[in-house]
Amino acid sequence: MTGSITALGLGLAVLGAGVGIGQIGGRAMDAIARQPEAVGPIRANMILTAALIEGVALIAVVLGFLKG
Amino acid sequence: MRIRTIGLFALLMLAWTWTVQAQHKPTHEEQHRMDEAQGHQAEADHHQLTCDCTPKEDSVFNTAKVAFHHIGDANAFHIWGDLYFPLPVMLYAPGEGWTTMMSTRFDYAHNHGNGRKAINRYVMVEGVVYRVADVQFPSEEVAIDCVTEVEHDGESHPAIVYKGQCYPLESKTTWDGGMMGGGTTSFMDFSITKNVFTMLLVFALLWWMFSAVRKAYQKHPNQAPKGLQNLVETIIVFIQEEVAKPFIGKHYFRFMPFLTALFFFILALNLIGQIPFFPGSGNLTGNISVTAALALITFFRVNLVGNRHYWQHIFWMPGVPAAIKFILTPVEILGLFIKPFTLMLRLFANITAGHIVLISFVGLIFVFGKMGENLLGASIGVVTAFLLNSFMMAIELLVALIQAFVFTLLTASYLGDATQEAHH
Repeated sequence: MTGSITALGLGLAVLGAGVGIGQIGGRAMDAIARQPEAVGPIRANMILTAALIEGVALIAVVLGFLKG
Repeated sequence: MRIRTIGLFALLMLAWTWTVQAQHKPTHEEQHRMDEAQGHQAEADHHQLTCDCTPKEDSVFNTAKVAFHHIGDANAFHIWGDLYFPLPVMLYAPGEGWTTMMSTRFDYAHNHGNGRKAINRYVMVEGVVYRVADVQFPSEEVAIDCVTEVEHDGESHPAIVYKGQCYPLESKTTWDGGMMGGGTTSFMDFSITKNVFTMLLVFALLWWMFSAVRKAYQKHPNQAPKGLQNLVETIIVFIQEEVAKPFIGKHYFRFMPFLTALFFFILALNLIGQIPFFPGSGNLTGNISVTAALALITFFRVNLVGNRHYWQHIFWMPGVPAAIKFILTPVEILGLFIKPFTLMLRLFANITAGHIVLISFVGLIFVFGKMGENLLGASIGVVTAFLLNSFMMAIELLVALIQAFVFTLLTASYLGDATQEAHH
């Protein structure tokens, strides 16, 4: 097997981000289905929360660039 | 009130110069490490590093090297082919003094940005200033044979050949202490680099834009806004209604200038980094020094306006049992520093990741075309890269907006915490 453990760790971080943002998206869809007139605030909050989770995942990606 | 404004302004200038310098003065122990490093370098020379001036053809496209070269800072703006926009170079070596010149003195024309001259042991490699590690190298202006690379510890480092001998090079001192491949070396780079030039350009652009809007308000104060004024007003009202009022509460107006400035500045820096040619192309928010300075400004602002309830919530949270308070207080103190740290890393990571992906997609052209051998492969690469990059650039536009918004929103949230009223 070749490659680095870093790549494996990055894959795990992306997995975590995918699960988290998928959950947010799913709940947002449910909320919009229940109350279609609240689309605006729901969409804004969904994007905000997704950005926060993605921030953590990308911090993991950047820490993978560290040398030593 | 006045004193606070002046104090804040002074801190802002401090943070700005930190961004411009992006280094730190070596402490006593770091000076020792520096001397050690030079000693080791001399040792390495004795270990017969071989490099010569035979032109090396890259057989395989090195994506990482190309990507990091393009997102990094440089001392000359590469516009197209052999056309460079030269920038002033200001270098400081502790114990030796300043070296100030225009980057054209390195004579890098028609040479892929590699200088043909070494001035005071400084050379230019692909538009970036390096220094010859060997102290014995002549410090007047000499003509070098060529710029090349040398293998060391499995990695290739830049080096020059002078009078047939190989001299490895060291890069400028970086404040991160070597985490991202930098460290303390013999010189600090205070030049007007690509990043500094781009930041000054963004400053001028934003100044012009807001001056135009201010004049529009003064000229017709009670009429419906139109044009640029309309756009800026929409954004500022958005920040006021969606960000400032919900998160800060009653005293939101005090922080509106700060939040608006933060949002527009980060958005402008993000967007100008997305333009792939001069005068865009400066990668600012993808530089950790810039985001660190922004996070530092937020850190100082939030903690300087903190009231009694804010500090009480951190050090002795009211309303929880005493045993839990002993666990909660260290966590809260850590959180005091972790919050701006994550602000810095979030913006940096999002923008840098986007840039690296975009450059890698363009690199597909070279990978499919086997570095110029396969024309059909290169053509397929062009089509693939075009489609993928169009998609990625659209996402990056969204990311630029979202990251500016999230930074502003979190700053507003922390400011709201700092100016909270008693609600227990």
